[in-house]
Amino acid sequence: MLSRRIIPCLDVREGRTTKGVKFLDNVDIGDPVEMAAKYYAEGADELVFYDITASAEGRGIMLEVVRQVAAAVFIPFSVGGGLHCLEDMRAVLLAGAEKVSLNTGAVLDPELIRQGARAFGRQCVVLGMDVLRVPASPEQPSGYEIVTHGGRRRTGLDALEWARTAEALGAGEICLNSIDADGTCDGYELTLTRLISSSVGIPVIASGGAGRPEHLRDVLSHGCADAALVASMVHFGGHTIGGLKDYLNRQGIPVRQSWQ
Amino acid sequence: MIAIVDYGAGNSASVLQALTHLGHRAEVTSDSGLVARAERVIFPGVGAAGAAMASLRRLDLLGALRERIAADRPFLGICLGYQLLFRFSHEDKTECLGALPGEVVRFPDDLREVADGRRLKVPQIGWNRVEFAGSHPLWRGIDSGGEFYFVHSYYPRPETAPGMTLMHTEYGLRFASGVVRGALCACQFHPEKSGRLGLRLLDNFCR
Repeated sequence: MLSRRIIPCLDVREGRTTKGVKFLDNVDIGDPVEMAAKYYAEGADELVFYDITASAEGRGIMLEVVRQVAAAVFIPFSVGGGLHCLEDMRAVLLAGAEKVSLNTGAVLDPELIRQGARAFGRQCVVLGMDVLRVPASPEQPSGYEIVTHGGRRRTGLDALEWARTAEALGAGEICLNSIDADGTCDGYELTLTRLISSSVGIPVIASGGAGRPEHLRDVLSHGCADAALVASMVHFGGHTIGGLKDYLNRQGIPVRQSWQ
Repeated sequence: MIAIVDYGAGNSASVLQALTHLGHRAEVTSDSGLVARAERVIFPGVGAAGAAMASLRRLDLLGALRERIAADRPFLGICLGYQLLFRFSHEDKTECLGALPGEVVRFPDDLREVADGRRLKVPQIGWNRVEFAGSHPLWRGIDSGGEFYFVHSYYPRPETAPGMTLMHTEYGLRFASGVVRGALCACQFHPEKSGRLGLRLLDNFCR
């Protein structure tokens, strides 16, 4: 039986892991390579890095981080943030990442998904979706809209339609982030996760809202998610990957146990 | 020296990272002479069967690979490098190396979890249990039932053959997730991305 994956997510700016706290500046929470090694040792099933650097030299720093992570951590990891063309994707994969996560870049140019899948294989291409709850309308019949730029820019795209389009274009996986739940620590957006995960044939990683172990149990059962992203709760919330897995195992959710 | 075959199909760099971490001397190469001479060969790969076979043909690697396997010299196929060892893949309707008897087929679309009827996604992405019986140097220190990392939409259906022992994994159906036959080892999962157990398996192969 396939285990559900627990995936720590690290936001990286100028070579440091940061965590945005609502309406405040990002806080430096550590070295991404050291944090990656720690989560690997604790039993993380995979890692996700988002490059939130704005500058060009920051991009080079990120590739160096990716190289160092690849030499120290022997589980898969993906890198997202600011990938807008095949060359951006290739640089990250050559530096040692297994997967790239396309978000705004794919919204601006959906063909990027197809090109990436053709060049590197579907399994390399993760579609990152930032989703906002909206009143259901003819334009957004699912009641969920795709947003970009950290939730600040609305796109008019219906989230369910976009997920299906991306699957058809060649996305191998979807990382589904609820802007409403993000940073609340009140739990994942279960309705959204269930809707998207049951409507596509590719795995869905739930993101945004994790604060307590029960939240993971709920999204991996009722939410139909194939994997759960965690950030604050393991970065500084007092939880460990191992502890979360023990809890999920007791709750009857299949998780990988044999990492030690 | 360990040769990691590079034929433009993905993850040879990840395999090199893992071997370097384990302290083994390895080289990523597309040179058929090196592949023929190397003490051990690792044949990785991600991507599609058709393009991979075309690339092996173009690089003139087919002969060296077939001869090594025929001579039962240490060989480890990983993921696509496992699937290509069979006679035929239904991915792109591809004639493959034919070193192992059987075909590679796609997971059905209506795949369901055996235990609870939950719908399963294709590709299979993530950690799953690998079971095996008997003893082989590849499994030293690894218990049957340990979890390894998989990413695939196709899986091999080997025909039974003398001297061949299979590993098994369940994903809606029970499939052959690996095979050992003498010095020939191959697996559907990625040992280079399977944490401690995967590193152990790679280390076993390299000793």
